[in-house]
Amino acid sequence: MNLASYGHCLRGVVSRELLRFVHQRSRFVAALVRPLVWLFVFAAGFRMALGVAMTEPYQTYVLYEVYIVPGLVGMIQLFNGMQSSLSMVYDREMGSMRVLLVSPFPRWYLLVSKLLAGTLVSIVQVYVFLAIAYLYGVQAPLTGYVLVLPALVVTGFMVGALGMLLSTFVRQLENFAGIMNFVIFPMFFLSSALYPLWRIREGSYLVYQIAALNPFTYAVEMIRFAMYERFHAVAISISLVTALVLLGLAILAYNPARGMMARKGGGGE
Amino acid sequence: MLPSLAQAERVFVSNEKDNTVSVIDGESLEVVETIKVGRRPRAMAFSSDGSELFVAVGDDEAIDMIDLESLEVVSSLSSGEDPEVIRVDPNRPYVYVSNEDDNIVSVLDYQQRRLVTEIPVGVEPEGVGISPDGKWLIATTETSNMAHIVDLESMEAVYHRLMGARPRHAEFTADGSEAWVSAEVGATVSILDMQETFDVSHTIRFDVPGVPRETVQAVGVALTSDGRYGFVALGPSNRVAVIDQQSYEVLDYLLVGQRVWHLALNADESRLYTTNGVSGDVTVIDVDELEAIRSIPVGRFPWGVVVEP
Repeated sequence: MNLASYGHCLRGVVSRELLRFVHQRSRFVAALVRPLVWLFVFAAGFRMALGVAMTEPYQTYVLYEVYIVPGLVGMIQLFNGMQSSLSMVYDREMGSMRVLLVSPFPRWYLLVSKLLAGTLVSIVQVYVFLAIAYLYGVQAPLTGYVLVLPALVVTGFMVGALGMLLSTFVRQLENFAGIMNFVIFPMFFLSSALYPLWRIREGSYLVYQIAALNPFTYAVEMIRFAMYERFHAVAISISLVTALVLLGLAILAYNPARGMMARKGGGGE
Repeated sequence: MLPSLAQAERVFVSNEKDNTVSVIDGESLEVVETIKVGRRPRAMAFSSDGSELFVAVGDDEAIDMIDLESLEVVSSLSSGEDPEVIRVDPNRPYVYVSNEDDNIVSVLDYQQRRLVTEIPVGVEPEGVGISPDGKWLIATTETSNMAHIVDLESMEAVYHRLMGARPRHAEFTADGSEAWVSAEVGATVSILDMQETFDVSHTIRFDVPGVPRETVQAVGVALTSDGRYGFVALGPSNRVAVIDQQSYEVLDYLLVGQRVWHLALNADESRLYTTNGVSGDVTVIDVDELEAIRSIPVGRFPWGVVVEP
């Protein structure tokens, strides 16, 4: 196998994911409607309550709509990462995963390709969302929209790898809904996506501690700082390390000799 | 991110609870100096020759004079009881002081250091505005709810007009044809015609979407000299209203710090500085973009702000 065939494999996985995304228009609409409802309805209602805080990286007071946008970007990626993993459960049930896993390429490569494909799809969604938010009046500096790209890639890998790891614990599609509820919602709500950490601390010290340990908080802060042309070394490091650890665990879990798949008899066999 | 960084202006902010004046460098937008002044500093004004800054220090019943080179208080002028707002006469070395507890506006000669006269007005005088040609002065009285129009030749109040509840501030347009008077409790700005009728020709009302009505209080007013915008500080609603100076239409509400009180434009009118009393900072607004670009922490309860001409 040479480099070209690796490229061919990657193209195959990515184009399959993109095709699936393009063909599922309702999924695209749903992926956009969710954060937009938060932006237009939820944030508008909380204008007064939260429009008075000055938090880094903002240089002045911002409306709640402005604060919440990076968190909603994280939400898009979180849902997309889980949805992408959901498709792996489906693939396994339908047998199409076998086609993928019997290919001669190393398994880690196949999984990374799959993650990259899911991340690309989420980035498309994010930019469409950011464009709508821009027209609505939530405008970051223009260079921020470029600088945020690497942060989106890291976040996409992080939540995608988490979803992939979780998908190995799930044998059937129906079970996945539970994991969505027990993973997506706590991850999102117990983070700095909706409120700054100092504000959470005022409400409950326990919730603050949980939010401060939640890697999703750091992904959101990484996105937030990048959008406003700032470099948040701690957030980037934690997000990167989390992404790599989860990816390693997912690869391990998909290893037929050692991972969960072997124990559960998954993998489409 | 910050446009026109080349400006080297200095911004002076009086901190009511700290008894200091913060000096912000217009280029770095950082506090570069903190000047110790008398107790409870509020309104400020530059002397006509631009060499000194006058600060009304209410609890010391005086006006502190800061030398703008050494940035130190070099002398202090007795002002009468509880001076709050001061204005400098463009033609004579006079400073006009509203004495809240005495129901008068004191006229002081700051060169000869003497009291020229006292002009009786309504109960609890607060805002003082002076026309660009130095012909008219407007004193607003908080309890009488009036604007008293004073002829500065005769030093007598010649017209008395009813305003919104608790009028706070009076500001003339650059051509002197109008005066804008804000009313804190009424949450209005009344436009006084200063050419013919000397009466209210229009009233601007404010309604900030999503903000409780009682937190909208009109206080400081700043008007661009090109006749484009009027800016009104809306107190605890934490917003600055942007108004079309010609049509009186409210164009936008800009989010600033908590309890925004007074405003000042810089010399080329590219920036507006606001004092935010409760959050203890100054917000910088880009006038062309109509966008808040930065908030700078200063002392406790910043009240007044002036920009070196």
